[in-house]
Order: sequence, then structure tokens, then C-alpha cells
Amino acid sequence: MTMTEPAASTVLGKRRLRKEDPALLTGEAKFTSDLNIPGALHLAVLRSPYAHARIRSVDVSAALQLPGVVAAYSGADLAPLWAGPMPCAWPVTADMKNPTHHPLAVSKAAYVGDGVACVLATSDAAARDALEAIEVDYEPLPAVVDLEDALSDRVVIHDELGTNRSYTWELKCEGADGQVERAFADAAYTVSEHYVHQRLIPMAMEPRAVAAVPQPFGGDITLYSSTQVPHILKVMTALTLGIPEHQMRVVAPAVGGGFGAKLNVYAEELLCTALARKHKVPVRWTEERTENTQATIHGRAQRQHIELAADADGKLTAVRVRLLADMGAYLQLVTPGIPLLGAFLYGGVYDLPVAYDFSCTSVFTTLTPTDAYRGAGRPEATYAIERAMDALADQIGIDPLELRRRNFIKKDQFPYTAMTGLVYDSGDHDAAATMAAELADYDGLRARQATQNVDGATKRLGIGVCSYFEMCGLAPSRVLASLNYSAGGWEAATVRVLPTNKIQVVTGTAPHGQGHETAWSMIVAEKMGVDPDDVDVLHSDTAIAPLGLDTYGSRSLPVGGVAIAMACDKVIDKAKKIAAHQLEANEDDLEFAGGTFSVKGTPDRSMPLAAVAFEAFTAHNLPDGLEPNLEAQVTYDPPNFSWPFGTHICVVEVDTETGDVDVLKYVAVDDCGNQVNPLIVEGQVHGGVIQGLAQALFEEAVFDEDGNPKTSTLAEYLVPAASDVPPITLGHTITPSPTNPLGVKGIGEAGTIGAAPAVINAIVDALSGLGVTDVPMPASPHTVWKTIHAAQSASSAQGVSK
Amino acid sequence: MQIRVTVNGTAHDSDVEPRTLLVHYVREVLGLTGTNIGCDTSSCGACSLHLNGEAVKSCTVLAVQADGCEVTTIEGLAQNGEMHPMQKAFMENHALQCGYCTPGMVMAATSLLNENPNPTEEDVRLGLEGNLCRCTGYHNIVQAVLAAAGGR
Repeated sequence: MTMTEPAASTVLGKRRLRKEDPALLTGEAKFTSDLNIPGALHLAVLRSPYAHARIRSVDVSAALQLPGVVAAYSGADLAPLWAGPMPCAWPVTADMKNPTHHPLAVSKAAYVGDGVACVLATSDAAARDALEAIEVDYEPLPAVVDLEDALSDRVVIHDELGTNRSYTWELKCEGADGQVERAFADAAYTVSEHYVHQRLIPMAMEPRAVAAVPQPFGGDITLYSSTQVPHILKVMTALTLGIPEHQMRVVAPAVGGGFGAKLNVYAEELLCTALARKHKVPVRWTEERTENTQATIHGRAQRQHIELAADADGKLTAVRVRLLADMGAYLQLVTPGIPLLGAFLYGGVYDLPVAYDFSCTSVFTTLTPTDAYRGAGRPEATYAIERAMDALADQIGIDPLELRRRNFIKKDQFPYTAMTGLVYDSGDHDAAATMAAELADYDGLRARQATQNVDGATKRLGIGVCSYFEMCGLAPSRVLASLNYSAGGWEAATVRVLPTNKIQVVTGTAPHGQGHETAWSMIVAEKMGVDPDDVDVLHSDTAIAPLGLDTYGSRSLPVGGVAIAMACDKVIDKAKKIAAHQLEANEDDLEFAGGTFSVKGTPDRSMPLAAVAFEAFTAHNLPDGLEPNLEAQVTYDPPNFSWPFGTHICVVEVDTETGDVDVLKYVAVDDCGNQVNPLIVEGQVHGGVIQGLAQALFEEAVFDEDGNPKTSTLAEYLVPAASDVPPITLGHTITPSPTNPLGVKGIGEAGTIGAAPAVINAIVDALSGLGVTDVPMPASPHTVWKTIHAAQSASSAQGVSK
Repeated sequence: MQIRVTVNGTAHDSDVEPRTLLVHYVREVLGLTGTNIGCDTSSCGACSLHLNGEAVKSCTVLAVQADGCEVTTIEGLAQNGEMHPMQKAFMENHALQCGYCTPGMVMAATSLLNENPNPTEEDVRLGLEGNLCRCTGYHNIVQAVLAAAGGR
């Protein structure tokens, strides 16, 4: 007789191919714009060609005469449809300024791409053609594209606010009064660095798409949208349009990437829904790429000033940060909170005394609104501390990796209460850094660098290090309350064993490439002793999965996945009662392993889950008082964030004659606690790294001084192709999180967080012998070349003056 | 205009507006929505399909230009219920995440191997430079194409 295996993982931690893939690989998967919706009218939105203009009048009459056109509206025409303004769920301060924002502008357009009128027609082409017939009389006003200029209030964008300043948010944490000031006064070394995070365009490969399908007589309405947040969207659409929430259903079909940009409530979602109700027919809209680059949120866009104080050994003693953040023209769903998500990470992975002074001022500009983009505030923070650590190492004259090692929070200090009061759950930075250094051959590279980067060398080797912590798994609801966020951070799961022992999981997460169907089925398989192929994961439809808070902030596994594991435990508890009853045994004497309940010590007295499931279904012989069926629901509110970490090392060769940066090697060692499916973890890191590297080397949303976008297509905005990027060498350490029963942490954003500072540190390292101390992002060949020449003319000018 | 196009082995006689793009023809007239649209500048390659056996971006071809041609879309790649070796290689190497670029990427990759059956890693990276992916960082896509080449 075979003894049941002890609780070693049979499924978790093993590479498993994704169950999502066949549909996506064969064209079977349906994205929103693939849905066949008979009778749908097509929406087209007329967008302001001016960054800032008063709307004197809008005349849609000529458009109405065109073939196929059913209706055309100005912003004023639609004003009665809005029960409330477009939502901003994060009023970060009591006095935060938030301009009223409706799906179509009424009196003023505030960025190029701001919707000012719309058309409904029987085809997409007819609707778009008709936009040209709409006459808008604009009074152009001066654009505000520079953050300092915005702060000056030279031109106030939103008249009713009287200022372009949205808020100033401060966080000062001191062990003793005046500790920050004293630390800087007493410091052996200080650095004071200024960095700019350029605007980025998230650029999911699937542009947004929306279809609203009404049931005019019943009153219900279904909104299909390419969204990361069907649950949030349902609540917000109901509130904004005055629709009873129980009549509102949101479905996110296959979603082609989000990266934070689909974590929002957009004008077109509200327009389609409102107009479908008004016209009593389905209304749909598919975004063109040029609209996507203007009317879908942008990311980053902040200026940073970071100061570090350190003692004679290079140990950090205080950190001071001042941010100036670009909100864009309006506050979208979580716009104001994004720079503040980084506020807790400017101390990096380092053991700091409680001496931290952070302040962020955020301003409006006449540009596309900003909001969450992969990492959302945390890549910005990590960039600042990791670039500043290199500046500090340079000043002290020690190796940047050595400086990091001196400052790392040590493994035995976890759980570690950080200077901000948050508790880092677990970590082993030294182990991750050591593995990264070995994979990169760090010592060998330093030796090679010493011989290669000699005077006059035009191909210079650079090595960049970044050690990061990511605050993810958003989020403990009480912490969100303290940050004034309008919702909680829990996640819901239902696990249901069907009569034939197949299992349905209902999750509140909303995957759009992360492979939740595969990963969640693995968690259930591990817990319940079934094959992952016998588990079906239902998601992204508020009628099927009514409870949920969706997918963003690397939260799905550490919150949603944990909820599923806990729901499995609840199901097993109930099944155990049934098995005990059937086996005429005491519940406490039963154990559950490999999908079978058995009496401890008497394994031949056993009952498989399949038999229990059928008993629960027939309900012929259940213990008194026990309800039929095997199903459990859990709503899990995490007690802490999860804190993945790691070290990335980038190796570059910079051609000083052309400014070209060749990435020779990229090593990423990431620790996300226990891994559910290493295949998916690796994919997340690969993609994240290249997105971070793309910020460092290629991407920038460029505007001219009048606020006109200069990168509004994929021909102009440089999303890298396969030929532009290096392969990636991965390693991982495993330091389980002690705060959740799976020991897991998120991994969706880690790569992006680690990459940009590693790449720029490498470039600066390569050029340090030439007097270069910083290179702005994106480090295009032209920018690198200019930086080298500026440094050289500065040093030769110095030479002359001597 | 009247056109006859053989798509995935089936001949279709259609009357199309002259301005109709091939991608709109396969998606909207034939209902083959596996071919995706990701841009309006022929930059992203999401709409790649095979025209007479060679990958083209179907947003740069008019439907009328496909008159008399053989078209294969992602829906036509699997045979007898079996995924094409390139599709299998993408699955086995986790070369897709959200899947939106995937049909175009698979069509471009199969065309690449038709032209160069034994590519180096660099050949693959250069050969796929007309197809953008935002999820994978390309690492596993390159591995998948090399694996498919090795398996032939």
C-alpha cells in the first residue's frame, strides 16, 4: 500500500504551459473589437487639435446630413447625461484641486486629444468621416507644457481652480525632531541629484475598445471594454451615469495588455454606455493608435530632487526628496496618487535611521493626463535612490556594489520596520546581489573595464547595478484608508466543486496577459489534489464574478491568489465534515492529501474528494445542519503589502564617437517569494525588464512648445523591436513572504522597476572617465553624444581657466 | 469591386469598396478576427498574414490587390486540429502573454523560417523587427522561433 505523500508541492513551483495559449495562438480568442454585435452604432470622437483652447461654439449640423450618421453631439448637448464628473478615486489631500472633467469638454479643451464632440453612425468609417464636418470655433490659448512654467501660474489652465497646483503632499519621518537636518549637517558625504522621468506612453498592443449593449425594456446594460478593472469600472460607470448598479454589467473579454493604462475609467466607456441607453441600441468604439497616444493616459512625467546624507563609512543617515509631478490636464482615476506610491521607496533596500523628508507637488499641464504605468511611482523612486547611490559611491570612491552591500537591510533584520513605518515582510538583498554579480561576472567585468576604458578609448565598458524593493500586492485596506484612497484592497474568490469533481474558480482578478487561468488552476490543483486541467477559472465578467478589485499593482497573486487558496481550505473543511460523516470517523482524525480523505493511521478507510463532491450534490446523507454542495467564498484583505526584491546588473558598451549604447548583457535576479509557475514569473520579468530598458534608451512622449504631440504614432514613439533589445539572463532567489499562507509576492512590475536605473547606471559608469556624471533618459545616441561633448567641453574649459 | 480570394483554402467571391484594406476584409467580411489591428502606420505587424505564402502586413494591402491570391490567416495555420509547429513552439516557450501581437508574430515567424530555415538568434531578431510585442520583451519569442527551426 502506498502511503500518502507528505505535503510537498506537486504542482506549485513547477513550470506549466498556459491554458490560455491555444485560443490566443489560433485566433479563437475574442478581443472587444472582435465581438460581433448586430445593430451596433459606431462612435467617433472629435478631438481638440489645440492643447489649450476656449470652445466658442460647436456646430454638428453638417455632420448630421452625411450618409450613415445617426446623431452628433457637442459636449454641451451631452451634459444632461452625466450624473457626476469623471471619477478621481484618490483625493490625496483635503485641499487637492480637481477640475471638473466630463467625457466631452464643454467650454475649454485642455490637451490635444481632449474630446469635444462625437458622432454616431452605422459604420466606423462613416462616423470618422463625419467628424470632419463638425465645425468647432476655438479660441486658442497658450499651452503649458513645462512643469516649472505650470507652477508659476503664468497661464492658469482651469479657471475655476485659480491655480495649476493640484496638491502638495508631505511625509516627514524623524526619530527625533530635526534629525534630517542634523544628519545632513553632520554628514561625511552628501549628494544632491536632479533627475527627470520623461513622459511615457504605455502602448498596450491592443488599443482600447468599448461596446455597450443595452436592454432597453429591462433596463440592464452590458459594457464590454478592454479594461484591467471591470469591477471598478462597473461601480464608477453606475455612479457617473446614474445607472442602478445592479443593472450594470461589465465584461472584459480577452484584453491585449494594459500596463496600468487600462486601470481607468475613460470618456469613451461613459460615452458608449450613455449613448447606448439614450439611443436604445448597442454603441461601440475602437481606438485608433493615434487616439491611443493622445487620449489614453501617459505615465511617469516627474522631476526629482533627491539628497542623501552618509557617514564616513558610506552608511546612509538621511534621505530628502522633492518631487514635481505632471498630472496632465485632468485627474483621471488614480492620477494624483501615482507619485505618492513611490514615496515609501526612496530609501530603497537600505537600512536607514528614521530620517526621511519627502514632499511632492503636482501640477496641471495642457498635456494628456498621466496615471498608472507599470510600476506606477515605484520605478521613479527606485531610479532616484539607485542613481543617487551610484553618485554617492563615486564621491566616496568605492565600488557601487560595495556601497550597496554596506547599506543593505540584512536578512536577519526582517520583518523590518522602515523609516516610513511600513514593515518589509522578508528579504535577502545580499544573496540576490551576490547571485547577480556571479551571473554577470562582476569582478571579471571590473577587471576588463580597467584595461578597456583607458584614455582615448572610444568603446567604453560600463556596469550598472540596481537593487530594488517593490511595494506591491495592493493593498491592506486600512493602509489605503490612511492614504485617502477611495476603495479597499481586498480580493474575492469562490471555489466550487462540481458534482463530477471538476472545479470552478471565480476570481475577482482581471488578467490581461498574466496567465491567471493557469496559475489559479495550479493553486487549486495543489490544494485539492486534482489535475489543473480539471479546474476552470472564471473571471472578468461582473455577472459571473460580482466581487473583485481587479488586476494592477502586482496584486493578483499575493491578494487574489491567496484568496483562492483560502477558499480551497474552506471547501476542504466542509468536505471533511461530509467525509467524516460518511466514514463514521471523527473529523479530527481525518487527513486530506492527494485529493483523498483518510483516517489517520488507517489509510484504507478513505474517501476521495470526488465521492465527497457527489455526496454534497445529492445531499442524501449529509451531516445534520450541513448545506448541500461544496462551495466556499473568501474575501481576503492582506495584512501587509508584499515586498519582492532583487538586483539587476546591466553591462553596456558605449561608442563615444556615435553615442550608441550596446547592451552586452542584462542580468536580473528577482525574488518574489514562492513561485507558482516559474514559466510565468520569467515571462513577467523579461517583459518588465524590456519596458524599463525602453524607458532608459528609447521611449519618450515628445510635445512641442504649443503642446502638440510629436510622437503620436508607432512610427514616432520608439517601442523597441526584437532587434533593439538584448536577451536577458535570469536568476532567482526564494524568500517566502511570511504574511500570506502561500508565501508569495507579486512579480508584474519588478522588471520595470529594476531596469531603468541599471541601464543608466551602466552608461554613466562607462563614461565616468570622461567627466560624465549623468545621462538623461531616454539615452538615445544623440543624447549620449551630446552629454559626452558637454562634459568634455566643461572639463577643457576648466583646464583653460586653470 | 468584385474579387475572388482564396482564404485558408476556401474561395470567396466578394464585392468590396476599393478602399477596403485586406485586414478589414478578412476581419469584417469573412469574420476572421484572429488577425488584429494594433496601429495605423504599418509599424506594429499585428495584422501580419500570408499572401501567396509570404508574410505581409494586411493593413498595407488593399483587398482588391489580393484578388486571385491565396491568403492564410492565423485561423488557417492549424491543420486537422493540430496546431502548427510554430504555434506549439510559442506555447512551449511561453512566447505570448496577452496574445494580441501573437497571430501576427506567428505568421511573420513562419514566413521567416520559410525564407531562412536555420536562422541565428540575430537573424530571428532582425527578421521579426517589423512586429512589436509589449509583453514578452521578445526573449521567449526568439527562443520559440529558434526551437521551431530546430524541430523541422
